Amino acid sequence: MTAASSRWNDEAMLRRVRRRYVAERWFRFAGLAAISLSILFLAFLLWSMASRGLSGFWHYEASLPVDFAKSNVFLDPASLRGPDAQQTVAGADIEGAISQSATAAYGPAAAEMFGDGATEKLGRAIVDDPDVLSKTTTFWLPVGSRIDVAAKGDGDAASERMVDMLKSRGMLKRAFNAQFLEASDSTDPTSVGVWGALKGSFLTMIVTMLLAFPVGVLAAVYLEEFAPRNRWTDAIEVSINNLAAVPSIIFGLLGLAVFLNVMNLPRSAPLVGGLTLALMTMPVIVIAGRNAIKSVPPSIRDAALGVGASKMQVTFHHVLPLALPGILTGTIIGMARALGETAPLLMIGMRAFIAAPPDGISDPATVLPVQIFLWSDEVDRAFVEKTSAAIIVLLLFMLLMNGLAIYLRNRFERRW
Amino acid sequence: MDMKEKMPITPVTPVPTTSAAIAAEANREGPVTTDDPAQAEREGATPLDGEGGKLPNLSMAQLPNIQDSSDEQIAPAAPPKMSAQDVSVFYGEKQALRDVSIKIHNDLVTAFIGPSGCGKSTFLRCLNRMNDTIPTARVTGCIELDGEDVMASDMDVVQLRARVGMVFQKPNPFPKSIFENVAYGPRIHGLATSKSELQGIVEKSLKRAGLWEEVKDRLQESGTALSGGQQQRLCIARAIAVDPEVILMDEPCSALDPIATAKIEELIHELRGRYAIAIVTHNMQQAARVSQRTAFFHLGEMVEYGKTSNIFTNPREQRTQDYITGRYG
Repeated sequence: MTAASSRWNDEAMLRRVRRRYVAERWFRFAGLAAISLSILFLAFLLWSMASRGLSGFWHYEASLPVDFAKSNVFLDPASLRGPDAQQTVAGADIEGAISQSATAAYGPAAAEMFGDGATEKLGRAIVDDPDVLSKTTTFWLPVGSRIDVAAKGDGDAASERMVDMLKSRGMLKRAFNAQFLEASDSTDPTSVGVWGALKGSFLTMIVTMLLAFPVGVLAAVYLEEFAPRNRWTDAIEVSINNLAAVPSIIFGLLGLAVFLNVMNLPRSAPLVGGLTLALMTMPVIVIAGRNAIKSVPPSIRDAALGVGASKMQVTFHHVLPLALPGILTGTIIGMARALGETAPLLMIGMRAFIAAPPDGISDPATVLPVQIFLWSDEVDRAFVEKTSAAIIVLLLFMLLMNGLAIYLRNRFERRW
Repeated sequence: MDMKEKMPITPVTPVPTTSAAIAAEANREGPVTTDDPAQAEREGATPLDGEGGKLPNLSMAQLPNIQDSSDEQIAPAAPPKMSAQDVSVFYGEKQALRDVSIKIHNDLVTAFIGPSGCGKSTFLRCLNRMNDTIPTARVTGCIELDGEDVMASDMDVVQLRARVGMVFQKPNPFPKSIFENVAYGPRIHGLATSKSELQGIVEKSLKRAGLWEEVKDRLQESGTALSGGQQQRLCIARAIAVDPEVILMDEPCSALDPIATAKIEELIHELRGRYAIAIVTHNMQQAARVSQRTAFFHLGEMVEYGKTSNIFTNPREQRTQDYITGRYG
């Protein structure tokens, strides 16, 4: 054995090799541990949301025979054929009729067992078929929040007795809560819904997207491709990087000061919310866009310049299409953050109680995260599951939005 | 034998097609020929007999390639297509190129040789003002294209680059279809008025670049899916699609294998009659094979410029001699 070969086999060398293997094993183990931990957190989040929130999409309905002849509801069926039927019904004392019928059917303790959800459903039933006013009809109406909570296993003793009684008589059933997806905010948890907040979020995101994406992309293109390198562009670059790190509530204060106080735009509207969130999202898109543009190989620019393309043709025919997947990735991150943002929207008045879905971007509205924040603050136990259910809706909305963006990104992705 | 002291110039196998092409070209160099067979004989014979010993590493088989039997003077009678006078280039404070004067003629291939970092690519990029894209670069001196000042502020640089096309070191097709790669130039310059005319230009360009037969059935496939040599020929097709007057090639074969290189060299010979061509190359055999004029660059200066045959067989400067015999570089 020569001296050279023994150097690779002596004790010190073998020790070094063993140490290297141990170090590699440790690193692999640490990586796996980190991934397991994050999967664990994610699983816990999803499990806790699902276990609490899914019941929010269901509610209990109780059967109730209603005889309007014995109630204080005096409605002329003829007046219910016109376009004002909804208003006419809303003016009638349907709540009293339900209370009366419930007392008649289940005893005095049941007078309060139905809530606003039942009133609305019965009102709609009357508009749909005014004939019910002239006879005794049995309706399945959503029970009030105390009974609902008790039926789901979290109520007080009196309500639970009521639930047991209803169940033993087969008068209680579980049904899909369509109201939750169709209605807006309400004081009564049995009649709340996420539709208003969902629509508000959607309109706000549209405004944010329409503003932040073109402005952000154009700023990125200009800074990266056209702007001269000097002290001014350096200063702009530093400011944009800092802007991306500014706490979001400060953008809210800015929106309050500029859009509401100076420009007098409508308070708590998706327009103002979108403008404020666009301010916040734009720097993220600019930074991601610049990085994406920077990573387009210079050989492509040379190739286009070499056949006599102008600077703008090079940018818009070649650089931008190649950078688009990267720009869209940055946009997804920025928009996802904007969708989940609460603090700046509180500052511009989007935390108001708004019971009707917005019809346009200048109508008062709220957004999903703010709605979640508001419901999580409520005293009524029934709001716990509504909060979790709204979180599920928010997550689904986000998944849908990101899915669309990823689909678009993959369509634009090109290899070079 | 110590491996570090390997042969400075690796003798490459002469490519038969190229040799044949050169032989044919030698007879075709009409306008600048003196048509004196005796002189041609003399010029060709001298290096072989008298000074062959100076080129120990150039195999005998290559010598016929570098015989430029035709013209006596360095400059042909016709005015040059492009001429550079005292061109200097600075990158910031650093001077990359010092007082370079060269003429590029129609119907001739001019090769720029020299070690890495000697400024030959920098000079090439001056000719179509590609150095404009480097913010710190500053070019002085005078460059003319058909007597027009290329560096004048009223020279439209976009048109200039269409007139002076460029092929780059690394094949850089656009990540688009083969058709779109070639059609892009004519399209942005409005050279075709109809779709069929555009298709005609694409077909003609691909044929001239010797790529048509290989890609005619898959014009809609991505240009990046072609092999390296095909990609480079696609880039040449893209350059000639806008009907340039001069074609600049910046080491067009450095990323290609010998077979693809041979095809490109053959193509250069075929294109020579149509365009003035300037080519930067590391490969001295290549310069000898494809060019009629050679300029040797060293450390930012142009050391020597002359007929390729003279540069390779009878250089005036010691530095040129040292480089082509492989003492450095």
